[in-house]
Amino acid sequence: MSFKSPLEGIDEKLEMIQILNEDGEIVNEEAMPSLSDDDLVELMRRMVFTRVLDQRSIALNRQGRLGFYAPTAGQEASQLGSHFAMEKDDFILPAYRDVPQLIWHGLPLYQAFLFSRGHFHGNQMPEDVNAVSPQIIIGAQITQAAGVALGLKKQGKKNVAITYTGDGGSSQGDFYEGVNFAGAYQAPAIFVVQNNQFAISVPVEKQSAAKTIAQKAAAVGIPGFLVDGMDVLAVYQVVKEARERAINGEGPTLIETMTYRYGPHTMAGDDPTRYRTEDMDDKWEKRDPIVRFRKYLENKGLWSEEKENEVIEKAKEDIKAAIKKADKQDKQQVTDLISIMHEELPYNLQEQLEEYKEKESK
Amino acid sequence: MAQMTMIQAITDALRTELKNDENVLVFGEDVGQNGGVFRATEGLQEEFGEERVFDTPLAESGIIGLSVGMSTQGLRPVPEIQFFGFVFEAMDAISGQAARMRYRSGGRWHAPITVRSPFGGGVHTPELHADSLEGLMAQQPGLKVVIPSNPYDAKGLLISAIRENDPVIYLEHMKLYRSFREEVPDEEYTVDLGKANVKREGQDITLIAYGAMVHSALKAAEELEKENIDAEVIDLRTVSPIDIETIVESVKKTNRAVVVQEAQRQAGIAASVVSEIQERAILHLEAPVLRVAAPDTVYPFSQAEEVWLPNYEDIIEKAKQSINF
Repeated sequence: MSFKSPLEGIDEKLEMIQILNEDGEIVNEEAMPSLSDDDLVELMRRMVFTRVLDQRSIALNRQGRLGFYAPTAGQEASQLGSHFAMEKDDFILPAYRDVPQLIWHGLPLYQAFLFSRGHFHGNQMPEDVNAVSPQIIIGAQITQAAGVALGLKKQGKKNVAITYTGDGGSSQGDFYEGVNFAGAYQAPAIFVVQNNQFAISVPVEKQSAAKTIAQKAAAVGIPGFLVDGMDVLAVYQVVKEARERAINGEGPTLIETMTYRYGPHTMAGDDPTRYRTEDMDDKWEKRDPIVRFRKYLENKGLWSEEKENEVIEKAKEDIKAAIKKADKQDKQQVTDLISIMHEELPYNLQEQLEEYKEKESK
Repeated sequence: MAQMTMIQAITDALRTELKNDENVLVFGEDVGQNGGVFRATEGLQEEFGEERVFDTPLAESGIIGLSVGMSTQGLRPVPEIQFFGFVFEAMDAISGQAARMRYRSGGRWHAPITVRSPFGGGVHTPELHADSLEGLMAQQPGLKVVIPSNPYDAKGLLISAIRENDPVIYLEHMKLYRSFREEVPDEEYTVDLGKANVKREGQDITLIAYGAMVHSALKAAEELEKENIDAEVIDLRTVSPIDIETIVESVKKTNRAVVVQEAQRQAGIAASVVSEIQERAILHLEAPVLRVAAPDTVYPFSQAEEVWLPNYEDIIEKAKQSINF
């Protein structure tokens, strides 16, 4: 005889969850999140603000007024819908593209700009912001999220750790280890894989023979969901349910959001026309999370062009003020960098501190 | 006071800190019910429960990543890497993450993590168990690296390491685990990190060593004494940062020095000790500072340990070379 893999057909079991279709119509009434009109408007406001922030950040980067920047346009539903399901005391471990979640969790905009420029103050999360700064080592945030979640569980807190990675990140060893640890300890963690189809130039098909990333949850025995990442209501609802399971002691969840970045990987010279077709861009632009949510809200009489323009103007003003504030930040000195290394400086750093104090006083 | 082996002193330190601070957590592969592959955590799970002392899945990067995450929640993780040769799996989590936590967050977060791990040769372990990789750790800003050579120091240094609010790599030499007993106080005490210890006073030459090489240096000193060479032996105890003051003071007195390590010549931390001495005390030197170290090959197949590992005879030879320079 020849054995048949019992895992055959696992792909087909994972249907993409969608609530709002591309025309802004509710296609899954049953799954509708219970969000008030104010909440819905707030979600839209955040998405529009974040789109403007992306456009302005790209422009500021080109002017040399920002440094490292990973564009976010297209991922607003995935980033902000998932974050909207969080509470203030939940802990965020973002990857380098996930600055918007930090901002909406309470990181002041000027600090986000300082992060981009490379200034330590950008990473000094305010005391009430439960988050670490964006992770550059793809996968490291995943094992750490398992630790944050286990810590929350051990401290008896009704909170979760949420972390983000991309489709490429799901190939890392730390991705598997982190998700597996959280499963083994039934820790309250939510792992969001934002599948934006490309890891720099490498399409998701080249990452794995697995047809979805969500099915990797099966390898560690936790629930996995595939969600339309351009549908803010679906993302919100799936994450919300994962949060509820987590705080009820039912362990972690892996969520794959199918999304797309309209811009390049980062502003450091990546040219998406080398690996992406216009057809593909067009197809995904038709699925734009803001366009479809706008239609939905307009039909409900909750949104108008006037409201949107207000948000756009507000965003531009806030961004201008934040850049000004970032400009005013004191320049970094070596003595600053030395003093944040340890609680008590070892002898070598004490010596070097004196050396640089003298240099800086000249 | 009790007569303890180094491994018992380590268990005693862990017990002391588990008792003192409810945020201290001990975990790793087989450290729970099993009590550790070397019995270092024996009885601790029974005494403190599974919430405080627990096993992990078999994944070193996951273990240290877990520690970094838990430290943001006010906990004080004391993870174990079963053998330090397995640290490569966790290099990012240690050097890329834990070591940088305070700096990258501008002090908002820190990582009070003590990574315990056995290493060291002479007991015929299989591949990648005995390698001396402290040099890798010592090159990483943000880490302190501690290597005790005896039960008394082992307890005091481990308590200090656990109380430290920044990451410490605490390396335990396998050959020293049960090789001798020593009086260790029952009560808690600390040995300062970054402070060397003069194990034997001498006038003619300074032997600077750490780990198992401390005992080889002491034996060499005994032999040298028969030939009227009076060696001073310094046990570094912390290999990063190094206690420059104690070293320089000794070299200024003896005017000669040999740095002794078990690691390969291109590895370990001897080269940095040598350069510190030449920068700070060159006018006091009667001879170049020499090094005793292993050959620059991969760690030996177990049957070749005897011919490969540095021993007291190598130290005697280098000491005489210095004296006769």
